[in-house]
Amino acid sequence: MSADSSTPLIEIEGLTKRFGAFTAVDRVSFTVARGEVLGFLGPNGAGKSTTMRMLAGFMNPTAGTARICGHDVQTDSVAARRTLGFLPEGAPTYPEMTVEAFLAFVAAIRGYGGKEAGRRIARAIELTTLQGVRMQPVETLSKGFKRRVGLAQALLHDPPVLVLDEPTDGLDPNQKHEVRALIQQMAPEKAIVISTHILEEVGAVCTRAIVIANGRIVADATPAELEKLHPSGKLDDVFRALTLPAKAA
Amino acid sequence: MIVARRELGGYFATPVAVVFIVIFLALQGVLTFNLGNFFDRNQADLAPFFNFIPWVFLLLVPAITMRLWAEERRLGTIELLLTLPITQGQAVVGKFLAAWAFCAIALALTFPFILTVNFLGKPDNGVIATGYLGALLVAGAFLSVGSALSAATKNQVIAFVLAVAVCFLFAVASYPLVTDFLSKTVPTLAEVARRLSVAERFQGFTRGVISLRDLVYFASFIGFWLYLNTVIVEHRKAD
Repeated sequence: MSADSSTPLIEIEGLTKRFGAFTAVDRVSFTVARGEVLGFLGPNGAGKSTTMRMLAGFMNPTAGTARICGHDVQTDSVAARRTLGFLPEGAPTYPEMTVEAFLAFVAAIRGYGGKEAGRRIARAIELTTLQGVRMQPVETLSKGFKRRVGLAQALLHDPPVLVLDEPTDGLDPNQKHEVRALIQQMAPEKAIVISTHILEEVGAVCTRAIVIANGRIVADATPAELEKLHPSGKLDDVFRALTLPAKAA
Repeated sequence: MIVARRELGGYFATPVAVVFIVIFLALQGVLTFNLGNFFDRNQADLAPFFNFIPWVFLLLVPAITMRLWAEERRLGTIELLLTLPITQGQAVVGKFLAAWAFCAIALALTFPFILTVNFLGKPDNGVIATGYLGALLVAGAFLSVGSALSAATKNQVIAFVLAVAVCFLFAVASYPLVTDFLSKTVPTLAEVARRLSVAERFQGFTRGVISLRDLVYFASFIGFWLYLNTVIVEHRKAD
């Protein structure tokens, strides 16, 4: 890892993505340092997933750059992806593989073999409490388990940077609690970005929140500061005021 | 390679592998023995077998390749695969090699033909070996076409139909159907078409001839389509 603790692990500068005439992400810039958990908020279609995909190197930005641990995601993309744990939207996995086979595949691609791979798979399974289903094909699992398989895959190599697109979507309240506890437990050594439209999550796990609407950042503050933006002091109201500016009055 | 190993495992984890191999062997059997008059020819060789194999591959290979990329796209796993620390080229080659290895397994399971012909007579097993090598290269050529076209669309049916059409063009390019038409209209293209024909190149192998030119042809054919495949994946991965 080239970055020491003082430089941010995630650096995004002027990131822009246009699809034809439509601008999905418009000059988004922010940094995330070690120890931060950034909540990425916004209505559906605001550009959260698009930003995360560009950060993960899956989509090429129209303009701007993103760096993970100092590696540019476009020009040095394999190195950037090595330091990144990414949970794509909907937590896609290969349906016919068992949980263990799937994690073994990811471990092998990440360059772990033999005992080291076994140890890491066991740890990822333990962190995401998948012990009971390790031999089941992913397609037979419930939505919550599938999400946790996706999470296990992202945690396997203990990356310094985690980008999780809706990590708690589809989980029951107990599972949500577990995932949040897990994120909090890992937070001190990592830079974590989670996208969500569940506002209670922001107060529960995030040290900072960015609200994005129509591809633009409309707020970047701590959850406590964010609450003060509306007289009611409720995140719900703040969110509506920020993302529906035309009707807010 | 790891991607290839996972892919190959995927074939055998689903009924795809069994169905494909059974249909392939049944088709080859029926065509060789019935249409090909394997016994009545009274010749100890596998000529009828090899005559039909490009046509069987023409139909079945696109059935394997149609899902290669289209399926990843449908499941969203393309986002997972391409954000793992591998290059797109590695992903493309890995998938291709798995499909090719699978075809090699299917081809290897036709060994009873070799046993039969050896039991009934004294064939030239060298010619049979080069025929198999040629068949494998034809499969590789069709796979590379199908894989590239699969990356271009999310729809598996479109991927299949396009792959059959393009492979058919390359298969019949040396046939009178195409060359007669071309020599009447654009004579220079007729020769080009003949040289580009997969079937024409395959003929040499079935006669026991391995020429460097044919090997170079297949290598560059596969290389070209895999390169195209990588370019398509790069440009269309997030669509």
